[in-house]
Amino acid sequence: MKISPQWIRDFVDLTVDNHRLAEDLTAVGIAVEAISGSGPDTVFEMEIGTNRPDAMNHYGVAREAAAIYDLLLKPIEPNVPPAKGDAKFSIQVEETRLCPRFTARIMRATSIKPSPDKTAHRLQLLDQRPINNAVDATNYVLWEMGKPTHVFDMDLLEGGKIVVRKARDGERLKTLDGVERKLTSEDLVVADAKQPIGLAGVMGGFETMITEKTKNILVESAWWDPGTVRKTSRRHGIHTEASHRFERGADFESTVLSCDRVTELILQSGGGDLIGDVIDVVSNRMDQAPVALHIAEVRRILGGKIVASEIYRILKKLGFGVIPAGEAEQEFTVHIPTWRLDVEREIDLIEEIARLHGYDKFDNTLPAFTGAVVDLPHAAVDTALRNRALALGYNEAVSLTFISRADAERFASASGEAPVLELENPLSEEASVMRTAMAPGMLDMLAWNLNRGSEGVRLFEMGRTYEMRGAEPSEPQRMCLGTTAAAVKSALPAAAVLDVSKDEQSGVAEAFRLFKGEVENLLAKFAGELAYDRQTAEYFHPGRSARALLDGTVVAQFGQIAEDVKAARKLRQEVFLAEIDLERLYTCGLRQVKFWPLAKYPAVERDFSFVFADAVEFEQIHRAVLNLRLDDLRSLDPVEIFRGGSIGAGKYSILLRATLQSSARTLRDEEVAQWSAKIVAALQGLGGVQRA
Amino acid sequence: MWRGCPVPFAMYTVPKLTDYSAQALETAAADCVRACADEAAGVRNEAELKAFRDRWMGRKNGVLTQINDLWLKAAPKDAKREAGRRVNQIKAHVEDILLKAEFLRLELATGTPLRSGRVDISLPGIRRPIGAEHPVLRTSRELVAVFQKLGYSVADGPVVETDYYNFESLNFPPNHPARDTQDTLFIAGQQAKPPRERLLLRTHTSPVQIRTMEKMRPPIRIVIPGTVHRNDPPDASHSPMFYQIEGLAVDTNITFGDLKGTLDHAMKEFFGSRVKTSFRPSFFPFTEPSAEMFVSCFICGGSGKRGTDNAPCRPCKQTGWIEILGCGMVDPNVFEFVKDNGYDPKKVSGFAFGMGADRIALLKYGVDDLQLFFQGDVRFLRQFS
Repeated sequence: MKISPQWIRDFVDLTVDNHRLAEDLTAVGIAVEAISGSGPDTVFEMEIGTNRPDAMNHYGVAREAAAIYDLLLKPIEPNVPPAKGDAKFSIQVEETRLCPRFTARIMRATSIKPSPDKTAHRLQLLDQRPINNAVDATNYVLWEMGKPTHVFDMDLLEGGKIVVRKARDGERLKTLDGVERKLTSEDLVVADAKQPIGLAGVMGGFETMITEKTKNILVESAWWDPGTVRKTSRRHGIHTEASHRFERGADFESTVLSCDRVTELILQSGGGDLIGDVIDVVSNRMDQAPVALHIAEVRRILGGKIVASEIYRILKKLGFGVIPAGEAEQEFTVHIPTWRLDVEREIDLIEEIARLHGYDKFDNTLPAFTGAVVDLPHAAVDTALRNRALALGYNEAVSLTFISRADAERFASASGEAPVLELENPLSEEASVMRTAMAPGMLDMLAWNLNRGSEGVRLFEMGRTYEMRGAEPSEPQRMCLGTTAAAVKSALPAAAVLDVSKDEQSGVAEAFRLFKGEVENLLAKFAGELAYDRQTAEYFHPGRSARALLDGTVVAQFGQIAEDVKAARKLRQEVFLAEIDLERLYTCGLRQVKFWPLAKYPAVERDFSFVFADAVEFEQIHRAVLNLRLDDLRSLDPVEIFRGGSIGAGKYSILLRATLQSSARTLRDEEVAQWSAKIVAALQGLGGVQRA
Repeated sequence: MWRGCPVPFAMYTVPKLTDYSAQALETAAADCVRACADEAAGVRNEAELKAFRDRWMGRKNGVLTQINDLWLKAAPKDAKREAGRRVNQIKAHVEDILLKAEFLRLELATGTPLRSGRVDISLPGIRRPIGAEHPVLRTSRELVAVFQKLGYSVADGPVVETDYYNFESLNFPPNHPARDTQDTLFIAGQQAKPPRERLLLRTHTSPVQIRTMEKMRPPIRIVIPGTVHRNDPPDASHSPMFYQIEGLAVDTNITFGDLKGTLDHAMKEFFGSRVKTSFRPSFFPFTEPSAEMFVSCFICGGSGKRGTDNAPCRPCKQTGWIEILGCGMVDPNVFEFVKDNGYDPKKVSGFAFGMGADRIALLKYGVDDLQLFFQGDVRFLRQFS
C-alpha cells in the first residue's frame, strides 16, 4: 500500500523529515518498507498488518504519527452546503445484520469532468488512475480516511429506491470491470426496485456507473458484514480496495463523515445542489464494550515498570477513551474507538501500550526455569545413523515432499497397499501426491547430478513418508541412501577385492558387496542378528538387490536399481539405492557395547580351496560350517573367488579361511587337523570339490 | 699435540689431569666430546660401528671408563663434585653421538639414506570422502542446540495436520483474512469431514504448540524443528517446502522482556556475541503482542556497506538489519484451547517464536538461490563438508 507523507502532513504538523517519519512509523508497527520519490512527491510503500484496516489510509497513519510525537491530530470537517428540497428517495435494508448501517446523500445538476489537479495528482502518486471528479472523490476519500464509498448515477436507478437484500439465485449483474456475473442467494447486493446495482462492499454495477452524461448522483457509504464481503469477494474472484477494507472491518461511525466528504469534493469540482438531508439507515448499532485495564496485568505481560501516566498518554493519543477506575491509578476503564475493531480485550490494549512505548525500550531478561530437558525419543538413533552415513562419504540431501501419481504407484509405500495422500490443490501434476517412499526423490537427485557431469555421487536423506493407515494419516520415518556405480567403484579398496575373475560379473559383485558393507555399517549400530533375502521391490534389480532383516524383521532393502527404472529416468549410470525403515529400527534399539577379554593364546588360520556350483552361495557354506559348532572356530571368511579359466562354467572356486582360537590354551596341531577335516567334510557335503 | 698431526685418523687417548680448575675441566671435556664426534663421523659400516661402540662404551677399558678412573677417582676431594658433573656431561654427549651412529647403521643396513630419502610433502593428501551435513539441517540443529542449552526440550508433530491444530486453535477463526496469508495446501477428499477435522499440510510448526500443551502441563519450554509447506511455486526465494524452528515457553510470570532476552541471547550464541537485536510490532493471530525480530547484519556488521570500497550490503538491503523471525506473547485465546490442562491465561503467560531455517542458512552461507537446497547437487553440498 502506498502512502504520501505530504498528505499525512495535512492532518498533523510534523517537524521530522520523511525518513525519520518512516523509521518511527516502522518502529510502532506501521511498517514503511521502501521510500521513493522526493520532496512533496515522496511515497512510502507500506506493509500494514491485516488486523489494522484503520491504518490503511492517510488519516489512520497520521493518527499513529500524532501518537508517536505527541502532536495534535486535526479533525476532518467536510464543508457541506445547505440542502435544497427533499430527496424523496427511500433506502430499504432487508438484511439488517449484514448491513447495520447504510448512509446516502443525493446531488443534482452537477457536472462530470476531470478532477482538480491536486486530487488527480495525489491519486496518481498512489498509482490510482484518475477517472472523473465523482469517482475520484470516492477514491480520494478511501485513501484519505479508509472508508470505501460508491457513487451511482441517480437517473439510472429504477423505482426511486435502494434495497439491500440477498441476491436471487441466477440473478445477473454486470460489475464495473465489465464482467457479467451470475449471483447466488449467498451474495449480498445493493439493488434498485428492479435489479442488483452493486455487489455489496465489493464492486458497483456497470449499468449505473457515473458517465459524462451523469447529472444526478447518489453517494453510498455503508457498513458491510466482513464475513459476507469476504465470501462474495472470494466466490467471484474480485479483490478490490473496498473489499480489502470491508472484510477487515470498516469504521461504523464514519459513514456520514465519508459520505459528506465525497459530497463536498464532488460539489466543489462539479458544482450542483445537495438535495435533502443525509439518509442514514442505522438498523443495528455496533457497540464495543469498554475494556478494563489493570496496571498489574500490563506489567505481568510486559515486564518492566511502565508507568500509569505513559499508559494513559499512549491510549488517549490513539483515540481511546481512558477513565481511571478504582483507586491509586491501578485500573482504567477504556472505551474503544469505532475504527479499532481489532481491539476487544485487555491484551489488545497491552499490545498498543507496548507498541507505542517502543519494543526496544523493554529490558532484556532471562526467565528462571526448573525442569528436565529431553530430546526426541529417536534422536540418538537418528544421530548415530546420520553420523555413520556422513563418515561413509554420503552427503545429506533434502528432496521435496511431493511426487507424481505415477511414482506413487511405482514406488508404493513400503508398508504395502496403504492409500496415498493426494493434494487438493497441488502445485503441479508432477507434485500431486505426498511421497510414499524416498526412492523417487533420491533417483531425481542422482539424475540431476549425472546430468551435470558429477559422476561419483553419494547422497542420503532422512525424513518422513506419507500414507493413510485406516482413517488416519501416518508419517513413517525413512532413510534412503543413493549412490552411483562410479562412486562405489572408486571407493573399492584393492585389498578388499574378493572376486579376482576380472570380468564384468565380478565387478558387479564387488560393487554390490561394497554397497552392502555400507548398509551393514549403518545396521551394525542396532541390536539383533542380520540376515538377508532377495524379496525386494520391483524397482530393484532382481539379481542385485537384497532385503535386510534384523532378528527376522525387515529393516531395509538395497541394491542396484532395476533396468527399466534406470531407463525411464534416463540415468546415465547404474545407481544403487538403500531404503531403510527407521520406524522398525527405532523398535530395535541401539546395540549396547559389551567388552570381550582380549585373546591370550595365538590364533591358527587354516585355508580351504574349493570349487562349488554357482547355486551354492556363501550363506550356505557359512551355515554348514557354523552348524559344526566347533567351539574354537572364531570366523570363516572368504578370501578369494575366481570364475573362468580352468574352472568349469556354472562353477566358481573359493578360498576360505577358518580362524581358530581358544581362550583357554594354545591349540594343538592334531585338534586343528581334526576340525579341518570336519570342515572339509561339511563343504564336500554341499557338493564342493576341494582343490589341491 | 695430536691435533695437526698428518695421520689421517688420530685416536683419542684420555689424558691424565693435573689441573682441576673449571677452565681446565672445560677444555678437557670439550676435547673428548669433539674426538668422539670425529670418530663417529668416520664410521662406515656395521663392524666399524661395533668397534666404535666398544672403544667408547666398553665396560672394561672403554674411554668413558677410563675417564671415570683417570679424572674422577683421581680428583682431589674439593674438585670431586665439579669433576663428577663434567664426567656425567661427557657421558650424555657420547651416548647421544652413539644413538645417532645407530641410525646411520640402519641406513647402512637398508641401503636407503634416511635423511636424503624424503617425500614430496607438497603433493595433495589422499582424502577419504566425508559427507557433508545439509546446510539447512545443520543450521536447524545448531539453533535447536542453542535452545536445548537454555533448557528447551525438543518436540515434534505431524506434517499432515488438521484445520483445528493448524488454524482454529491458533486463533485463526474460520474465514478470517489471516488464513489467506498462509497459502495452504489441502489434502484431497476431505469435504465429508467437519471443517476442523479436515486435513492439510501444516503451514507452520505452530500446531505443535497446542499438541504439546495438550500433553504436558506448564511449565514448558519446547523447541520444534520441522518441515512446513505452502502453495508457493519454487523460485530463488520460495519453496513449497521449507524448514521452521518454533519455540514456546510457558510459566508463571513469563514476560515480553523474557521473550526479548531469550531471543537476544540465542542470536548472540548463534551469530556471535557482536550481533544486536531489535524488535518491531507485527501481527500473528496466535501471539499478542506480536513482534518481528531483526538482528544487526552479520555480514556488514550493521553498517549497510561492505568491503573497502563501501559496496552496498545486499543481505540487509543496506539497512544494517536483517529480519530473522516472528515472535510474541502467547495470545490468551490460544491458552483457552488448553485451559483445562493448567493453562489459565490469568495464571500463566508465555512466549512463542518461529523462524525459517532455510532463510537463516541462505543468509549465513550467502547462498543466492533457495532451490539449491533441494536439488541434492553434490557440487553444492560438498561445500559444506
